[in-house]
Amino acid sequence: MRMVVLTKGVPDFREGKVSFDEDGHLERGKTPTVMNPNDKTALRAALQTKVKHGGDVSLMSMGPPGYAEILQEGMDDVYADDLYLLSDREMGAADTWATAMTVSTGLEQLDETPDLIFAGFKTADGETGHTGPQTKWCLDINEEMPDYPLITHVVALDVDEDAGTVRAKRLVEGDVSEIETIEADLPAFVVTDPEFEANYRRAEHRLRHKDFRDETQRRAAEFGEYLADDSEMEPTEFEEFTMWNHEGLNLDPDFIGLDGSPTIVAGVDPIPKAPSEREATMIDPEDDEGMAEVFEELNQYAAGD
Amino acid sequence: MTEHEHYEAVVVGAGPGGAAAAATLAQHGVETLVLERGVDAGSKNVSGGLIYAEESAPYTIDQLFPGFREEAAERPVEEYYIHNIAGEKVETFDLHDIHHHDTEWCDAVLRRKMDSWLAERVHEMTRETGGGLLTGVRANGLLREGGKIVGVTLDELDPITADVVIAADGVNSELARGAGLMDWEEPEDWFQGVKAVVDMPPEAITERFDIDDDEGVAHLFSGDLFEGVRGGGFLYTNEDSLSIGTVFHLDSLSAQRAEPHELLDSLLTHPLLDQWFQGEYHEREYSAKLVPDSKKVANPSPHRGRLLLVGDAAGQMQAQGPIIKGMNHAVTAGGLAAEAFAEAKSRGNEKAAGTLYQQKLEDEGVMDQLRPTRYRATRFVSESDVVNSVGSSLLDSAVGAAGIKLFDGLLEKSFNSPFVLGMIPDTKLSYVTVPTRIAEVLGDPVYDENDVEPPALDDRIGDLTYDVDDPHIEVLDNSFEASGTAVTACPVSAEGFGGGCYREETVKTNGTEEKKVSLDTQPCVECGTCAVVADTHWEHPSGGKGVEFKQG
Ligand SMILES: Cc1cc2nc3c(=O)[nH]c(=O)nc-3n(C[C@H](O)[C@H](O)[C@H](O)COP(=O)(O)OP(=O)(O)OC[C@H]3O[C@@H](n4cnc5c(N)ncnc54)[C@H](O)[C@@H]3O)c2cc1C
Ligand code: SF4
Repeated sequence: MRMVVLTKGVPDFREGKVSFDEDGHLERGKTPTVMNPNDKTALRAALQTKVKHGGDVSLMSMGPPGYAEILQEGMDDVYADDLYLLSDREMGAADTWATAMTVSTGLEQLDETPDLIFAGFKTADGETGHTGPQTKWCLDINEEMPDYPLITHVVALDVDEDAGTVRAKRLVEGDVSEIETIEADLPAFVVTDPEFEANYRRAEHRLRHKDFRDETQRRAAEFGEYLADDSEMEPTEFEEFTMWNHEGLNLDPDFIGLDGSPTIVAGVDPIPKAPSEREATMIDPEDDEGMAEVFEELNQYAAGD
Repeated sequence: MTEHEHYEAVVVGAGPGGAAAAATLAQHGVETLVLERGVDAGSKNVSGGLIYAEESAPYTIDQLFPGFREEAAERPVEEYYIHNIAGEKVETFDLHDIHHHDTEWCDAVLRRKMDSWLAERVHEMTRETGGGLLTGVRANGLLREGGKIVGVTLDELDPITADVVIAADGVNSELARGAGLMDWEEPEDWFQGVKAVVDMPPEAITERFDIDDDEGVAHLFSGDLFEGVRGGGFLYTNEDSLSIGTVFHLDSLSAQRAEPHELLDSLLTHPLLDQWFQGEYHEREYSAKLVPDSKKVANPSPHRGRLLLVGDAAGQMQAQGPIIKGMNHAVTAGGLAAEAFAEAKSRGNEKAAGTLYQQKLEDEGVMDQLRPTRYRATRFVSESDVVNSVGSSLLDSAVGAAGIKLFDGLLEKSFNSPFVLGMIPDTKLSYVTVPTRIAEVLGDPVYDENDVEPPALDDRIGDLTYDVDDPHIEVLDNSFEASGTAVTACPVSAEGFGGGCYREETVKTNGTEEKKVSLDTQPCVECGTCAVVADTHWEHPSGGKGVEFKQG
């Protein structure tokens, strides 16, 4: 089973990591970039298929060279076998369509045609949820690639290799209260729902899962050495990491990046600041009366416990 | 018949017993799957912490796991003392001889570190055989076909069949209970151990205990500091911490309605300990667990069909007077059970494994260590009330005191005799009265002042890590008569304390007041006490759920 999972780097929106300026604009420089959490779910779905049926899981992303670290995170956390980064200045400022165009060409470029392609549900920053399905359309119009039926909102997944089918449980209309089971022929394109749960009910599967973890974490640690700031080695020298630019993909720059993006961003609303939970009174330290009040307030806590 | 996943051997539990069994099975090329319910091996386990390698034992932990002492253990323990305490008077005996009797070496251990180290090796060894070790998986019963045990059922996995199931699931073994090989009825069959791991920098340990960097020491405590509850205290030195705890007979603890955490505090705050604390006390972890008393519950025939019990699950926990030997016997039993299966298999008669295992336990002298005939012979006489009261009054008399003085040296000697210790009766006389009298007559007062303040129970609970799941214990009879003992005996509950597991409630019905018991399993440390002292349906939480010990 040849599987590819698509991912993207996003700002780490977790409390304590993310940083906003006074107007509520994200401070990109101060916020670390991490692998999109929903894509980890997609990678988990691919991993489960690999554990149960064998095969290889590649992780692919389009983005700046720094995204090598995002891919390394996917290898370390969710045990991807090898990593592909589509990276080029010409690809910059792409909208979802131009991204899908690029990514689908990346998929075509692989030695072996993927049996299953996985994408996560929405990115934590763009929130469009377009890239997965659009990539599937790009594959459809690509003569070199087979057609991939699209299965979205997948919460559970099983493959029948002999029959060449995939059976999935999916949320109808993205609603947890209604779940349907569908079957499709392989190859297929799967978009996992955040509710997806991997399910290992056999000891042999959990043992294999552990083997993969040991293997890929060792590999990820090795890749980490290539990525270290003081490393003498180029990341691309690492065997399980491949980087393609637009020439490598044989893509016309007019169709990718900003030039290939039909989307027009009309405006950006800043994220409203959460109201402060504590009541605060501002007091000027020069103001004696005010300071006396502070003293009064605090004094009651100063005694004993 | 449904097609189940199958392994030649399934070992349930990755404590010392399970680890030894699995390693030995792997050495014999048996395909072995090990299932451990903790998130990590050791995360559920508590011991005082001295693991012995006995010269006469057929299996020792370092022989099965080279590097064990250097990598998984704390300090080697050479010195061993017991302090007989009466008020502030203390008489110390050197138990060097009994400690070194049949001892190749003895190390202090912390179970999280030890068991997780073992588990890594076990996984490597068993993986080679086509099996491996999984954590976070709990066996919840025996799989039977046509009435015969053929495997295990699990919370997290589909049922698994095996040619042999080794239950190394510790005290409160659900598998032993399921097979009818162990019941959890009599408090007198068990001890309850409670323990605190206390921070102490290595330099302070070497200085305050007057030992070298790579040396350790054991101190035991008995006498009148535990409100007359039968049992004693221990203190062992680790690399950079101390293990300090108490072990009491559960029947005595229950009957006296003593609070285990308070008894532990009596030890922690005794003036004798000031020489080591020197006013500083920082508790890393509070923990507790039941301990079987092999003299009463070591199962002489610990097998049924394909199921073989090892270690605490088989009651193989020897209290040799004050010396507690459970881990070493679990290792031996694990080795022997594995060996028995491998032999039976090579003879093409796997069914014989159980009988062969039982035979080996006897041939190797393990059974006689666990259930000495001497104890069985003296028990009924010496544990009778008449003998006890005569004994106590004799000791209290001037004649008794003279005798103690006269036999000073002899007393120390008899404490050092495995023969005498093997027949020590489980009475207040031997646990409380004798040590107290020894201290009264021979002891010197301690003038130090120990003003450390151990944490209150709610802080102890608050410092523990839990992954709370649905309740795993159900009170079947919530009347105070049936289950009220748990309010005090539960190490994380106390009378008048609302934050514990068991609480006492007064319910008014039709003008009459009735005392009832309620249970909240959230702070439960899974010690097993209420399985015995209360009327409950008692199970362990599912894999990875419940309390997680970091020290153990
Ligand atoms: C306070 C105290 C002090 C002690 N002091 C000493 C001492 O100084 N020296 C000494 O030798 N012994 C001592 N002991 C006794 C010793 O800890 C035990 O005898 C020993 O741990 C028994 O080993 P075991 O392998 O049989 O069981 P355990 O070590 O209890 O291991 C059982 C394992 O099985 C797992 N398990 C249980 N149920 C299931 C299930 N259903 N499914 C999957 N996994 C399961 C548990 O999580 C655990 O890892 C002490 C005990 C206590 C409580
Ligand atoms: S509730 Fe029962 S098992 Fe849990 S800590 Fe209390 S006595 Fe022990």
